[in-house]
Amino acid sequence: MGKEKSKSGPLARRPDNSAFKQQRLPAWSPMLTASAVLPFFYLLALICMLLGVWLLLTVQNTQEMKVDYTEAGSCNLCFEMRKNVSNAGQRCTCMIMFSIEKAFKGDVFIYYGLRNFHQNLRRYMDSRDDGQMLGRKSNLKSPSSYCKPFDVDEKGVPIAPCGAVANSMFNDSFILTYYTINGPTVVPLLRKGLTWYTDKNVKYRNPKMDNLTLPEVFEGTTRPPYWQKPVYQLDPFDPNNNGFINDDLLVWMREAAFPNFKKLYGFLYRANKPFTKGLPAGNYSVTISYNFPVQYFKGRKEVVLTTVSWFGGQNHFLPIAYLVTSGLILLTAVVLTVVWWKFGKDGKNMAD
Amino acid sequence: MFLKCSLFVEKERRVKANSREYNDKFLYADNRIKTSKYNIFTFLPVNLFEQFQRVANAYFVVLLILQLIPEISSLSWFTTIVPLVMVLVITAVKDATDDYFRHKSDQQVNNRKSQVLIRGSLQKEKWMNVRVGDIIKLENNQFVAADILLLCSSEPYGLCYIETAELDGETNLKARQALSVTSDLGDVSKLLNFDGKVICEPPNNKLDKFTGTLNWRGNKYSLDNGKMLLRGCILRNTEWCFGMVIFAGLQTKLMQNCGKTKFKRTTIDKLMNTLVLWIFAFLICMGVILATGNTIWETWIGRGFEMFLPWTKFQISTVFSGFLTFWSYIIILNTVVPISLYVSVEVLRLGHSFFINWDVKMHNRQTNTAAVARTTTLNEELGQVEFIFSDKTGTLTQNIMVFSKCSINGTIYGDVYDEFGHRMEITEKTACVDFSYNLLSDGAFKFYDNTLVEAVKQKDPAVQEFFRLLALCHTVMSEESEGKLVYQAQSPDEAALVTAARNFGFAFWARTPESITVCEMGQVVTYQLLAILDFNNTRKRMSVIVRDAQGRLRLYCKGADTIIFDLLDPSSTDLMHTTSEQLNEFAGEGLRTLALAYKDLDEEYCDVWMKKFLFVSAVLENREDQLAALYEEIERGMKLLGATAIEDKLQEGVPETISKLNLANIKIWVLTGDKQETAVNIGYSCNMLRDDMTDVFVVSGHTLTEVQQQLREAKERILSLSRVSDARNDEENDMFADDSVFEEAIITEYALVINGHSLAHALEPQLEIVFLDLACLCKTVICCRVTPMQKAQVVELVRKHKRAVTLAVGDGANDVSMIKTSHIGVGISGQEGMQAVLASDYSFAQFRYLQRLLLVHGRWSYFRMSNFLSYFFYKNFAFTLVHFWYGFFCGFSAQTVYDQWFITLFNIVYTSLPVLAMGLFDQDVNDQNSLRHPSLYKSGQNNLFFNKRQFFLCTVHGMTTSFLLFFIPYGAFSVMVKEDGSHSSDQQTFSITIATSLVIVVSVQIGLDTHYWTAVNHLFVWGSLAMYFAILFAMQSDGLFGVFSNIFSFVGAARNCLSEKSVWLVILLTTAVCIVPDLFVRSIRASLFPTQTDKVRQLQQSCKSQRPEEQNLRRARRTSSRRSAYAFSHQEGFGELITSGKNMRTSRVSSTCSYERTAPSSKWIENVIKRTNAVSCISFGSPNKQHQSLKQPDRLNC
Repeated sequence: MGKEKSKSGPLARRPDNSAFKQQRLPAWSPMLTASAVLPFFYLLALICMLLGVWLLLTVQNTQEMKVDYTEAGSCNLCFEMRKNVSNAGQRCTCMIMFSIEKAFKGDVFIYYGLRNFHQNLRRYMDSRDDGQMLGRKSNLKSPSSYCKPFDVDEKGVPIAPCGAVANSMFNDSFILTYYTINGPTVVPLLRKGLTWYTDKNVKYRNPKMDNLTLPEVFEGTTRPPYWQKPVYQLDPFDPNNNGFINDDLLVWMREAAFPNFKKLYGFLYRANKPFTKGLPAGNYSVTISYNFPVQYFKGRKEVVLTTVSWFGGQNHFLPIAYLVTSGLILLTAVVLTVVWWKFGKDGKNMAD
Repeated sequence: MFLKCSLFVEKERRVKANSREYNDKFLYADNRIKTSKYNIFTFLPVNLFEQFQRVANAYFVVLLILQLIPEISSLSWFTTIVPLVMVLVITAVKDATDDYFRHKSDQQVNNRKSQVLIRGSLQKEKWMNVRVGDIIKLENNQFVAADILLLCSSEPYGLCYIETAELDGETNLKARQALSVTSDLGDVSKLLNFDGKVICEPPNNKLDKFTGTLNWRGNKYSLDNGKMLLRGCILRNTEWCFGMVIFAGLQTKLMQNCGKTKFKRTTIDKLMNTLVLWIFAFLICMGVILATGNTIWETWIGRGFEMFLPWTKFQISTVFSGFLTFWSYIIILNTVVPISLYVSVEVLRLGHSFFINWDVKMHNRQTNTAAVARTTTLNEELGQVEFIFSDKTGTLTQNIMVFSKCSINGTIYGDVYDEFGHRMEITEKTACVDFSYNLLSDGAFKFYDNTLVEAVKQKDPAVQEFFRLLALCHTVMSEESEGKLVYQAQSPDEAALVTAARNFGFAFWARTPESITVCEMGQVVTYQLLAILDFNNTRKRMSVIVRDAQGRLRLYCKGADTIIFDLLDPSSTDLMHTTSEQLNEFAGEGLRTLALAYKDLDEEYCDVWMKKFLFVSAVLENREDQLAALYEEIERGMKLLGATAIEDKLQEGVPETISKLNLANIKIWVLTGDKQETAVNIGYSCNMLRDDMTDVFVVSGHTLTEVQQQLREAKERILSLSRVSDARNDEENDMFADDSVFEEAIITEYALVINGHSLAHALEPQLEIVFLDLACLCKTVICCRVTPMQKAQVVELVRKHKRAVTLAVGDGANDVSMIKTSHIGVGISGQEGMQAVLASDYSFAQFRYLQRLLLVHGRWSYFRMSNFLSYFFYKNFAFTLVHFWYGFFCGFSAQTVYDQWFITLFNIVYTSLPVLAMGLFDQDVNDQNSLRHPSLYKSGQNNLFFNKRQFFLCTVHGMTTSFLLFFIPYGAFSVMVKEDGSHSSDQQTFSITIATSLVIVVSVQIGLDTHYWTAVNHLFVWGSLAMYFAILFAMQSDGLFGVFSNIFSFVGAARNCLSEKSVWLVILLTTAVCIVPDLFVRSIRASLFPTQTDKVRQLQQSCKSQRPEEQNLRRARRTSSRRSAYAFSHQEGFGELITSGKNMRTSRVSSTCSYERTAPSSKWIENVIKRTNAVSCISFGSPNKQHQSLKQPDRLNC
């Protein structure tokens, strides 16, 4: 504007004759007529079709096994036992038999699945203190008010980790046994590396040690009320998998989006025979240390074994969705072609 | 005091001159004018109050309060308050600047100086300090400060002249005369003792009426409008005058005519407010559904979950929990009414205004004025205009009369021919005739035909007589100003004729009551003026009887051809026929014609006639008729000299513009203060009235019943005729079904011309509907002799009953009320008066820019705004409703799907720029094609691009998108596992997948909505996508988490999630599924049912390879053969004033004058002496008169 004012003469107030100001910027103005979009439709249909077929073939090669153990077999007893809160301290172990008809080839993953457990309730999701789990000392001693009522116990001792999410951590454990002709063999499971790198190394940290031991660091805090062990004793075998960076805790703390979910429990350790190529076909049992109560919320618990493909676990939704989409796009493309052929080809409709 | 004022209803006004104590009792308004809305103290509360009247703003405040309650707060408070404050501040700043300029212009007017008699002397005083009852002095060319009663003036008999252009648009002079008892008060000391008391009507808006009485020295004198000078007038040709203030400030007739300033809202604004209410209702519905869901969920499932998530102390029952959830959901779902919508709309409008300001094609070179969008909130309304109300003078016409052609003795002069004998179009480049040989010539006068000059130089007697007539037969007054001869004419037509004569060597120089001095070809000749046979409406002609230097008596007459032809001598019959044909030709070109004739008189006859004349002049009864008969008697048997053709210069491009706007289905009504004949004539010349129109109804009844009857008759005629033509149409329909040309030809067109006094009746409640119906049946409506208030009433009438967008265009103060009343007011700038521009919403220099403003800018604005709104609502429904679907899976707990940061930034950052770019730059059809196909405009008038149906469609579209956006990832996620086996169905991954799909889908969608991809669009669309990913990764980076761990809890989620192939597969699928149906519908619609726009676009695409040729706008051929003979003012001429000598200055005047006047007057005497030497045979009247009339400087000496 300053420039314009400095001009003089009869055209002093004449606006600039620039393409921008005169709205004459060079531009591409596509028209979405049938003929213009047809190639795109066919191309898209083709892409979807190819992807769908590929995905379907991939999915066919994956395998999945679900074992619902909520009330099955001997777990029935445990289920009944957990109905009574006063028995919370008592141990209960049960076993379920199942068989695999076709061998699981490649990496096998073991999950625990929960149904009808709402990790996605607003108050539940908010009921945690990320600052505390990042190892902030101040948050350790005075947890955020979001954790209520799981911030302090009756005596006013702060809870670590605080909040409803941590408190409700899944605490069943499994032992998988393979029955060969030679007798039962425990299926070796790897219980580490279950979490995202960022969770283990960035988002969750233990408080600074300063030459103290983990129990010393957590002194002055108490375990969440539903827990049997304090946070620094979660893994009795590996001291580096304790505190706020325990893999199981981290897996649990990553809240599921839907009430039915499964979370990683461990991988098959494939170093030794007969598991080098995966899980062979045959009979298996799973021994469950049954602690987690689900009857209050009409929930179900299950163990899931699965192999994965390049796009994840067994997932029939995507290939089918792609194939259906491809079909529909093809249909619209054909309709469009007819329309174009009958009306639009010679541009008759467009004539003024 | 204000209270008192408003309670006090004035029944009559009593004003005592020079007595402030007396007048103060009545609390009359002072002369201060206030058009501004706020002052420093009231600004904040008033402005905020105004802003919170907007439904949306109030709604966001309620939301904000809700968010502060922790139990229901599902979003942080800052997500709402930041944008809200932004909106309020931006709007407030804009309002404040607007008001500041109003303050400034008020102040400028209020601080004008005028001379007031206070405390015994004449003092300079600001206008705002002038009070009722004050006596003020006005000088030549000054604005009248208030409505004042003329007491005395420098001119004899208390006469003074005023120009009322600001009031009624007429530029001709009007005379006002003081009461004879006060006219000799021309002295400060006498005026100081003046203690007259005026009792008059209360303030009103009638410009041409005033009733009151003056009580002075025990006598009562009645007062009328002829003694009043109204605010806004300019004093002309009068040295000075004194007047007493009767009405001041806001109570003056000018201000009373100004109508109230209304806050203008566009149709889309109102629609938007309605829609926001609908959305609000929809929001409540969703809230209720989800809250009910929550209650049910808590009852059946939530209870069991209490072990893991105990109820807080607020959750007394499941019903109360549902109640809390309701509010939480209201907060979460509030983004269906995005707060940034209002800011964005304001930004768009501002941008569109800038494009209007920047348009070179609306910049006028001559006056160096660019178009200005003075209001930035009405742009899209410009694309929906259905009615245009136009002023005539200064808007359609330039108010310049040009002597363009003449026919002398059967020969036409004025055309220019090339060497092959073809007539050439006169353009700016055509060489003008060189008048330099004539010292008295007026430089502004242009004529192109050299043959006429040659004829004058060769002393062709007919030509000489022709111009002599023009120099003698008129009522023009001459004056000297800055050393130049200046004419003051009652009408511009007369001035044009006299100026033409002057340039061709017959310069009218000076007049006295008994003589006219003319400088003929360098020689001063004085004619004795015996009589002026003045003009009136029935005579339509004027004559003068003069005795020339040789003593011959002659009568010169000019007038309407039809009248003159009847009075001609049989010897002129042949010439009459030729001339008549030529007149037809002139009329065909839209020129205003006059026929000229003369008659030699013999002395005796003349003597007898003069005696009769004197006798009849003194008769009291029936004088008019007797005079008319007498005039006709002497005017019989004249010889025809020729005819003149005057062009009432239209503004450039007016007929083309009008026909364009007509094609765009815009009705144009002309509302003018001019008389019927002029208005109709202009109607013809700008193609609004045509000969092929079936009927032109003229309503000119004086009473209610008369008007009613005329309106009814006209309406019945139209209806009966259209029935006939319908019937005919049906019969021939089969034959000519495809022949649109034929159909067009039989569509009958009507025009309505209504007079001001009839309009007053037509606007009464019982007739207004009849009037409006009739007017809307007519293609053209012309209202003449209307007052400013009537203009506003007509606009209001259409506004009220037609629910159509109205636009008023005008240039003078008389148009202000209409400009303010209409939806859009347009002021023609570059002329003298600025009132219209100041009151207007848009201003530019010429009427023809209106087509560009409406057909290009208006249409684009509407198109862009509509697309913008459709997209915006779509986008926000798609964005927000995902939460609704999620509610069914998260126990209706008001858990958000997205990260809080995504919610905050989605509308402001991720998706705002592409849609803004579309709203600013999009063009379906370029400007040339917009102008070439005015029918494209109709979609705006019919509100096709954005209406409730469109809104419904785009919300359904948005809902569908949100449904797909949610359920496709849901389907995939319930079973999804990462490649490395770790579960990936966690809430954060889900959130990022949906957010990413959403951003991509809405970006593709804006791509489909954009018709015009400029570099900016590309930059913004791609940039926004890039921005989304950049911010996503930045927000979830380790660094930010390290600093604010509680706010950025999504750390690492994007990295882990977007490195997954399956997530991308979901995103791709979602995008394809969301876009394909829309694309399909669009292409099917474009192929099967192409709109006009599609067709023009197609045309534009196919023509793209060719160079866009400048369309040659040929001048619309005028088919009219109608003749209009009009070159007079519509009021009775000054003839009587001239012959009575009243308006000639006398020595008495100069004696009362101050010293300054005496010095030049001595010069005049010298001049007179010089001139008497030069002039051969003169018989002057009194020496005083001679002395005054020859008030010319030396260099005028010929």
